[in-house]
Amino acid sequence: MNLRQLRGWPLTFLLAAVTGLSVGPFYWLVIATTRKDTEIFDWPPAPLPGSHLGDNLDRLQRRIGLLRVIGNSLLVAGVQTAGALVVALLAGYAFAKFRFRGRTLLFALLLSTLVVPEQVMLVPLFKMMMSFGLLDSYQAIILPGLCVPFAIFLMRQSLSGLPDELLDAARVDGAGEFRVLWSVVVPVMRPVLAALSIFLFLGSWNQFVWPLIALRSPDMHTLPVALATLYGNKSTTDYGAILSGTALSTLPMMVLFLVLQRQFISGLLAGATKG
Amino acid sequence: MTAATPSAAPAEELAKSLTKEVVRSRRSPRWRRAALPYLLLAPALLTFGVFKAYPIVDSLLLSFTTGSGTATRAAGLANYRRLLDDPLFWTALRNTGEILVVQVPLMLGLALLMAVGINSALVRWRAVWRLGVFMPAVTGLVATGVMFAFLLRTDDGAVNRLLDAVGLPTVDWLGQPFWARMSVVLVLTWHYTGYNAVIYLAGLQSIPRELYEAAMVDGAGPIRRFASITVPALRPVLLFTVVLSTIGTLQLFDEPYVLTGGGPDNASLTVSMYLYQNGFRYFDFGYASAIAYALTLLVSVLGAVQMRLMGDKDT
Repeated sequence: MNLRQLRGWPLTFLLAAVTGLSVGPFYWLVIATTRKDTEIFDWPPAPLPGSHLGDNLDRLQRRIGLLRVIGNSLLVAGVQTAGALVVALLAGYAFAKFRFRGRTLLFALLLSTLVVPEQVMLVPLFKMMMSFGLLDSYQAIILPGLCVPFAIFLMRQSLSGLPDELLDAARVDGAGEFRVLWSVVVPVMRPVLAALSIFLFLGSWNQFVWPLIALRSPDMHTLPVALATLYGNKSTTDYGAILSGTALSTLPMMVLFLVLQRQFISGLLAGATKG
Repeated sequence: MTAATPSAAPAEELAKSLTKEVVRSRRSPRWRRAALPYLLLAPALLTFGVFKAYPIVDSLLLSFTTGSGTATRAAGLANYRRLLDDPLFWTALRNTGEILVVQVPLMLGLALLMAVGINSALVRWRAVWRLGVFMPAVTGLVATGVMFAFLLRTDDGAVNRLLDAVGLPTVDWLGQPFWARMSVVLVLTWHYTGYNAVIYLAGLQSIPRELYEAAMVDGAGPIRRFASITVPALRPVLLFTVVLSTIGTLQLFDEPYVLTGGGPDNASLTVSMYLYQNGFRYFDFGYASAIAYALTLLVSVLGAVQMRLMGDKDT
């Protein structure tokens, strides 16, 4: 081993420690979730996962209707992601590949709302959903998330790089406009669409304030709302159940992240690198 | 793409113009072509109009009304006047400001160090560290909040046990006003530092190594190289992260809601939480809307100031 390699070790150890601090809480969560309530605060913590995950999840199912809540979260995040993706693809395509009246103005209008905090819309959306009779429904959560200006911006940016010749070639072959979009544009854009879906799904899966406001009955709760409610109810000290819910809202994303790290990172960094 | 040899160029040109010709002749009627972009935009414009533009305008109008729920009447500037005299609003603003000025520099400084460390040619297993530090960004804020509420317990939480183990004094994290705010800072920093580090890392990797080599030849030390090459090259990325973090922290809601509930005694109440309380606990829509617009003003002013301060140096 030469001197240069030797010099790298202190830095490597430092980074290992920093990474430990980043990942440590997840490890603690895995341990806590798989052990009995009474062992959660043991010190030093047990080094290996226990066998009580099933019990903890059972109790969570009884307390918040875990399966129903997960179903709600999956439904909302799935539909919202698919919807927002289609909306952004169509709009981004229009902005990138067509010249039409009002193009610049409409695009600027969409982007201008990026600087408006989400909180501004909470009260009007609540009133609107109330008058539509949609409070406490899936639609109330899904609909406001369909137009994501940032996603439209990203699609426009990526589609601008697509050569017009490619589209023209398909048109020469007699493809209609939607055929061109579906069989030429979509396949080429697959990496961007994948990154964007992860970005959208993650945002939707984790959204909190609006579902907290719009959803009333525990039957309709999404996972973050159910968790916050269970934890916020200080009379509940069933820590095993609460933590297993936390693990359940976190670990599937973690696994997905480890499998699809490239798409995750480019999805979450999309704003930083494309902007 | 075809090879761009000079002899191939005319043929390519010809093919291209022929293609254009055919495309034109095959076009659907003119009105359909003109309508197409609007058709493509229809879903976006519809959802944008109903769920973004309308609420933004409605919120502004609401901020000039008073009353409870939907029984409202015009109130002029009363809500904004009330805002200026409301000690709790100022408390929320001060709390948010304190969290902001501690958290954003701390997190971005750490992120920059992390990125430079991971990018160093001396380091081993770079991909592992990059992956590890990014992981918290994938977690939801509610889950993070709940997790840290357990980790930060005074008597038996892991953080205090760890502090104790290395001989440091333990802290009443969630029970003391100052430390409650710092707990929020801690959680935010844990959650977003790696995310920002990976952004910086992408920026660092686009700086040509020759620049550093040239500087070394000229006798510039590591600190000098960092200040004269790394920081200027990263300026656009730094600006992006500063603005994004500032905007995000100004809107802080999830973490304090779960972690401290705004307590103790409103010590970690944020502007967004105060808005939520007024809007959805007291159903004072007018006042909540005024708070929302105060927040918007704050976000745009701070964002603009930062862009002015950091963005202009190139031009």
